[in-house]
Amino acid sequence: MAFLEVENVRRSFGGLVALDRVSFTVCRGQIKGLIGPNGAGKTTLFNMVSGLLAPEVGQIRFKDRTITGLKPFQIARLGISRTFQNPSLFLRMTVLENVMVGRHLRSRASFLSSSLRLPGQVREEQHIRAEAWRHLEPLGLAALADRPAGSLAFGQRRMVELARALATEPELLLLDEPASGLNTREKADLNQVIRRIRASGVTLLLVEHDMALVMDLADDIVVLHNGTPIAHGPPATIQNDPNVIQVYLGGEPDGIPPAGELNLKWTRPR
Amino acid sequence: MRFLQCNTPFATFAVLAVVTQLVLRAAGMEYCLTQLTMALYYALVVLGLCLVTGHAGQVSLGHAAFFAIGGYTSAFLTTHDFGPLPEPAWATGLKQARVLIEHSDLYGGTALSVSPWAAVVVALLLTFVVAHLIGYPALRLKGHYLAMATLGFGLIVSKIVVGTAQLGASDGITGVPEWPLGFGLTVSGRRTLRVENYYIACGLLLLTLVLLRNLIRSRVGRALQAIHDRETAANAMGINTAAYKLGAFVLSALLAALAGVFFTHYTGSISPSEAGALKSVRYLALAAAGGMASLWGVTAMSVILNYLSLRGFFGSYDNAVFGAILILIISLAPEGPLKPLGQWLRHGLNRNHHPRDETTGAPPGASDGAPRIH
Repeated sequence: MAFLEVENVRRSFGGLVALDRVSFTVCRGQIKGLIGPNGAGKTTLFNMVSGLLAPEVGQIRFKDRTITGLKPFQIARLGISRTFQNPSLFLRMTVLENVMVGRHLRSRASFLSSSLRLPGQVREEQHIRAEAWRHLEPLGLAALADRPAGSLAFGQRRMVELARALATEPELLLLDEPASGLNTREKADLNQVIRRIRASGVTLLLVEHDMALVMDLADDIVVLHNGTPIAHGPPATIQNDPNVIQVYLGGEPDGIPPAGELNLKWTRPR
Repeated sequence: MRFLQCNTPFATFAVLAVVTQLVLRAAGMEYCLTQLTMALYYALVVLGLCLVTGHAGQVSLGHAAFFAIGGYTSAFLTTHDFGPLPEPAWATGLKQARVLIEHSDLYGGTALSVSPWAAVVVALLLTFVVAHLIGYPALRLKGHYLAMATLGFGLIVSKIVVGTAQLGASDGITGVPEWPLGFGLTVSGRRTLRVENYYIACGLLLLTLVLLRNLIRSRVGRALQAIHDRETAANAMGINTAAYKLGAFVLSALLAALAGVFFTHYTGSISPSEAGALKSVRYLALAAAGGMASLWGVTAMSVILNYLSLRGFFGSYDNAVFGAILILIISLAPEGPLKPLGQWLRHGLNRNHHPRDETTGAPPGASDGAPRIH
C-alpha cells in the first residue's frame, strides 16, 4: 500500500499547462526527492498535495483516502504538513508563538473556553507552550523564542518554519526548497535535521535545487520537466539518466560529467 | 507577582474610573458622567472592531448596523404594545415568567410589551443570525471587497430603519423603559442613577476587556493573528480560516449589539443616526486611532474622543473630524499614534539614562509589522 499516491494529475493556469499526467507514489518512511528545472511544476504539485490548488484531472490519495478537493486545513489535520518556498511565517508573532500555531490542530480550546480561561483551556495552553519549546530546541531556536519572527534572518526563518511544521506532528512533511538561500554551514545542518526527522518516523517529500543535498538525502527521486515526469528512480540512476542530463544541461549526454559531481545550483540554460 | 503584572492595566482602569467620578463630583460636574457613560458603551463596539480588524485583519464598515439591530430590537420589543394578552396557556405562561409585562402607556391605558431581559436575548439571537448571514458570504471576500460588502449591509439596515414606521422612521424610538439588571442595579437615564449607571458601564467594559484579553492570548487569538499575517500559511497549519474569521466577526457583532442594547435602555431612546454609515466609519476611525490591535489604546481613544464628540466639542464638524482622523492615521501612523509616541518617549528616556546605548533600538524589519488595513 502506498502512503501517498499521486495519480494522473493535471493542472493548468490560463492556457499554460503546469502539470500533466503526473503519477507517482511515496512509501512510508521514505525521503522522496522532487527535482526539475524552474517552472517544471514542482511547487504546483506541492500546492495540490497540500490542498491550496485543486487538480483539474486526477486524484491524490493519502493513506488510501482521497484528499483531492479537501481544504488545506483538512489535509493538515490528516497529517500532512508543509513549508513554503519563501518562508511564510506570521511576522508579527514571536518565534515561540509561530511554533505554537503549529500546535493548533492538536488542541481544541474554543472562543468560549479561551475567553473564560476555563481550567481545561489553561492546562491545554501550558501543554501547547511546552510542546512548542520541545520543537524549538532541537533546531537551535530556543535563544530566539521571544524574538518577533519579522526580525529574523532568512535562514532562521526557514528553521522556524520547519519547527512550526514539525509541531503539527505530521506523518508526511512537504519541504519546498528548504536549502535555498542557506549558506554551506546551514545546509549541512539542514541535512542533519532532515535525517533526524526521517529517523523519527516522518515521511518526507522534498523539492530541492541543491543537487548535492537531494542526491545525498533522497531514497528515490522524481524528475519533472515541463509538467511531466521524465525520470523516476534512486539517485544513482537519476544521475546517469540521459534525459535528465539533457534537460538540465541542454546538450547531448556525451562528454558531460555525471550530475552527481556537479554541486551547483542548476538552472535550466536558455 | 505575575498575576499582579498581568492585571495592572485592569486595576489602573478601575482606579481611573473611580478617580474620574470623584473628581467630577468634587468639581460639581457630575453631569459629565452621562456622556462618559455613553462613550463607554460606544467603546464596546470599537473593542469588537479591535478583535475583528486589529487581530483577524478583516475590515468591517457595518458595525453601526449591529449596534442598531441590538438597540432597535430591544427598543421595539419593550415599547411596542402587543395588544391584549391572548388566551392560550403559553401566553399566560410567558406573562408569569415575566417575558411579557404589562405597563401603562402614554395615555394611562395598559400596554403589553416584552420585558427588557427577554428583549436582550432576542436582540442578541437576532444579531447572531444576521451576523452569520452577512459574515458567511462577506468573509469570503478580501480587503476592499469585504469593507464594501459590510458598508452595503450597513446602508441597507440604515434605510430599513428610516423607512419602517413601526421603528419610528426618522424619529427613532423613544420611551424605552429602564432595564432592571438584578442585584439592585438598573440601567436607566434617571438622574439619581447617574453614578450607578456610570459604574455599570465601567464594569461591562472591564469585563469585556478581560474576556478579550484572555481570548487574544490564547489558541484562538493566535489563530486570528495568523490569519491576519498569512492566511494561506494559517490554513496550511490546520486553522479553519473561514470559521475563525466568521467567529471573530460574529463575536464583534454581538458586542456591538450588546452596546446598542445598553445604550438604548440608558438613554431611553434610539435614533436612525445610530445605524448610519458615518457611525461605522467613526468606529473604524477610533479603532485605527487606538492602534487597531491594542485593547487599551482602542479603549482610551474611543472613550476620550467619543466623550468629546458627545459634549459637542467638535461642533458641527463632528463627522468630518472622525473622517480626518481615519485618513491621518492610515497615511501617517498605520499602527496608531500611541505606539510611536510610546517608543519616542522610551527612546528619549533611554537616551537620558544611557547616553551610549543607542544600538538596542527596535529590531530591523519592524516595518514588516505595520497593520494592513485596506
